Amino acid sequence: MAGSARVAAATLITALLATACSQGSATRTEEPAAGGKVTLRYFTFSAAPDHVKDLDTIVAAFEKENPTVDVQVETAPYDQYFTKLQTSIAGQTAPDTFELNYENFVTYATAGSLLDLGAAGGDTDTSGYATESLNAFKHDGKQFALPASFSTVVLLYNKDLFEKAGVPLPTADWTWEDEQAAAEKLTADGVYGDFQPVTFFEFYKALKQAGGEFMAGGKSTFNSPQGVKAAKWLVGKVGKTMPTEAEIGGTADFDTNLFKSGKLAMWHNGIWQFAGLKDVPFAWDVVVEPGDSQKASAVFHNSVAASTTTKHPREAYAWAKFLSSSNVAATTRIASSWELPPVSDQAVLQGYLKDPVPANRQAVFDSLDSIALPPVIARQQEMQDAVTQELTEAAAGRKSVEEALTEAASKVDALLG
Amino acid sequence: MTLTEVPAPAAVKQPVRPPRKRLRYALTVAVFLLPSAVPLLLFTLIPMAGSLWTSLHEWNLITPMKWVGLDNYADLLASEETRAAFGHTLYFIAGYLPLVYAGGLGLAMLLNRAMKGRDLFRAIYFLPVVTSWVVVALLWKWLLNPASGIVNWAIGLVGLEGPGWWTDPDWAMPSIILASAWKDLGFVMIILLAGLQAIPNEYLEAARVDGANAWQRFRRITLPLLSPSTFFVVVISLINGFQVFDQVHVMTGGGPAGATQVVVEQVYNLTFKYGRAGAASALSWLLFAVVLVVTLIQVRGQRRWVNYG
Repeated sequence: MAGSARVAAATLITALLATACSQGSATRTEEPAAGGKVTLRYFTFSAAPDHVKDLDTIVAAFEKENPTVDVQVETAPYDQYFTKLQTSIAGQTAPDTFELNYENFVTYATAGSLLDLGAAGGDTDTSGYATESLNAFKHDGKQFALPASFSTVVLLYNKDLFEKAGVPLPTADWTWEDEQAAAEKLTADGVYGDFQPVTFFEFYKALKQAGGEFMAGGKSTFNSPQGVKAAKWLVGKVGKTMPTEAEIGGTADFDTNLFKSGKLAMWHNGIWQFAGLKDVPFAWDVVVEPGDSQKASAVFHNSVAASTTTKHPREAYAWAKFLSSSNVAATTRIASSWELPPVSDQAVLQGYLKDPVPANRQAVFDSLDSIALPPVIARQQEMQDAVTQELTEAAAGRKSVEEALTEAASKVDALLG
Repeated sequence: MTLTEVPAPAAVKQPVRPPRKRLRYALTVAVFLLPSAVPLLLFTLIPMAGSLWTSLHEWNLITPMKWVGLDNYADLLASEETRAAFGHTLYFIAGYLPLVYAGGLGLAMLLNRAMKGRDLFRAIYFLPVVTSWVVVALLWKWLLNPASGIVNWAIGLVGLEGPGWWTDPDWAMPSIILASAWKDLGFVMIILLAGLQAIPNEYLEAARVDGANAWQRFRRITLPLLSPSTFFVVVISLINGFQVFDQVHVMTGGGPAGATQVVVEQVYNLTFKYGRAGAASALSWLLFAVVLVVTLIQVRGQRRWVNYG
C-alpha cells in the first residue's frame, strides 16, 4: 500500500509538471514563411456558404496591397462557430483575426481576448466608418473590434402567391392584424401563409413592436401585457398559418427551402437571404416588418477583431481595417448583397439600391429608422436558450403563454443574478 | 475502474535474484507496461487531474481561471437542472438496460442453437456495435423523422398516426432508448453467447433426464450459470448508460423542451455553449462519484447472485 501511495504521488507530480510544461510550450513561435511572408489567419461565420468567393475577392485585393501578408480564411457555420472559437482560444491556437457579432462582442472584450486595435494600428483615422457602428464595438473607450457589416430582418414575400390568392400586397403601413389576415387567406393547398421562428430573437423584437421592454434596471420586464401579446403573436401562428415543430421535423433550412419552392407566402428573415434567392422561378419582394403599436426591426452587427495572442498585430489591424472599411470590401458586399458595409459614405450605400431584385430594396434602409437591438447580458447564451425553450413549450401547447413567460422571466432573473 | 490490488498467491515462492537481475526484471516489466501506461497517463489520469483542478474554478475558456473553491459543487447540488439531468439519465438507464439485456439474451439463445447461417446472423447483429454512434444516431433520426421517416410512413399505412418521436418530449427519450438498445444488442449478445457456450451440456441433459421442462432448465441451470456474464454486461451497460451522450447530442441535442437533457449533454452545454467549464468539470466529478458508488454496490452485491460455478 505504501508503494502504491508513492506511485500515486509521483503520478500526480508528473501530471502537474506535464500541465505546467504544456502551458509553457504552447506559446509557439511562428517562423515567418519563406520570402519573409506573414501568414494571417481569419476565422469567419458569415462567408460560408454563399459568399466565400466574395471574401476571396476582398482577400486578393488586400494581398495585392500588402504583398507580404498571406491571409488564410477558415470558415464555420454559425451554430458551431463560437464553440470552435472558444476552444481555440483556450487551446492557445486562436486565429489572428476573427469575426464577432454584437451579442458576443462584450463577452470577448471583457475576457481580455481582444487586441486593442487603436493601439495596434497606430493610426486612428476612423472617418470611413458610420459612427454608431464604430461605437457599438468600443469597450472601456478602446476600439476592440471594427464593424465589418450589418444586416436587418425584413418581411420577404412571394408576389405570385399573393396575386393568385387575390390578396393585396404587403405595405410599409401593415400591422400584425394585416399580416395575420393575409396569412390566413394564403394558407391553403400545401402553402403556408407565414413563417416566423418562435425564438428569443423574434421575441425581443416583437416585444418592442408591441411597445414592451425586455429588461430594465437589472431585472427582466418582458413578463408584461406587451410580452404576453408578443408571445401570443408568435405562438399563435404555429399550426395555423405556419408549420408545427413536428412538421418541420428538425430539417435544416426548412423555411429557406419552403420559400424557395414557392410554398411560403411571407417569411421573416434577414437580408443575407437575398443572394440565395437570385434564381427562384417566381416574383418576390420585401417590405419593412409589420409592427404593432410601433415599428421595430432587428439589426445584426458583425465585426472583425484580432486576438491578443497574435504575433502580427500590425498586419492584423491592417486586415481588419481593409475588411471593414476599404472600398473593395464595401463594393463587394454591396454588389453581392452580402449584408451591408458600415461605411459613412452614402454614395457607396446607394449602390445597394441599383440591384433590381428585390425591387423594394429601400425597405432595408427604411428598417433602420426604428431598430430593436438584442438585450445583451454576461450569460447571453443561457438567456437565449431559456427564452426560446419556454416559448417552444407554449408553441407546442404544453404550456400557456402566461406560464411560459413567467417561467422564462424567473430563469432570466436568476441568470441576471 | 476499480483499483484493487491483487495480492500474489502465497504459495508461489518468489525466486531470490541478485540485485542486477532484479533491476533487469523490473526494467523488462516496465517496458511491457509502457505501451498501456503512457496513454493511460496522458489521456486519462492527467486530464482527470486537470478537470479536478478546473472544477474548483470559474472558467469560461477565454479568461484566466478564477478560484472559487467548492462553489461549483454547491451550485450544482442546489440546481434544478442537475436534478433533472440525473433524472433523465436514470430514465434512460431504466429503459435501456432491461431492453438491451432481454434482447441480447434472446438473440444469444437463438443463435446458440445449430441453425443455417448462424455465423452470418451473429455478424449482422454485431455490425451496429462497430458502427460509429454518429452514423447510427443519424440513421435513427431519419427512420424516426415524424414528418418524413419510414417508421411513421409504415404506421400510416395501417391507418394510425405515428408519434412525434424525437420532436415530442414524451417520445424523445423512448426514441433514444430504442436506438441505443438496437446498437448495443450485438455486444450483449456476444458476451452472453460466450457465457452460454461455457455451460456444459451435461447439466442440461441431466436436468432433462430428471424431467425438467424447458422453462425450468432455463431458470434453474442456464440463468445461474450465465450470471458471471450477466454481471459483466450489467456493469458495463450501466456505466455506458450513465455516460450516454453521442446519440442524445445527435438525435435531440437535449431537447425537445429539455426532455432528454442527460448529464453528459449538460456537461457539454455548460462548457461549450455557456462558457462554464468549471461547473462542467464539477458535474463530471459528481457523475464519476455516482458511477463509482453504483459500481461498488454492484461489486459487493454480486456475491449474492453471481455464481462462478
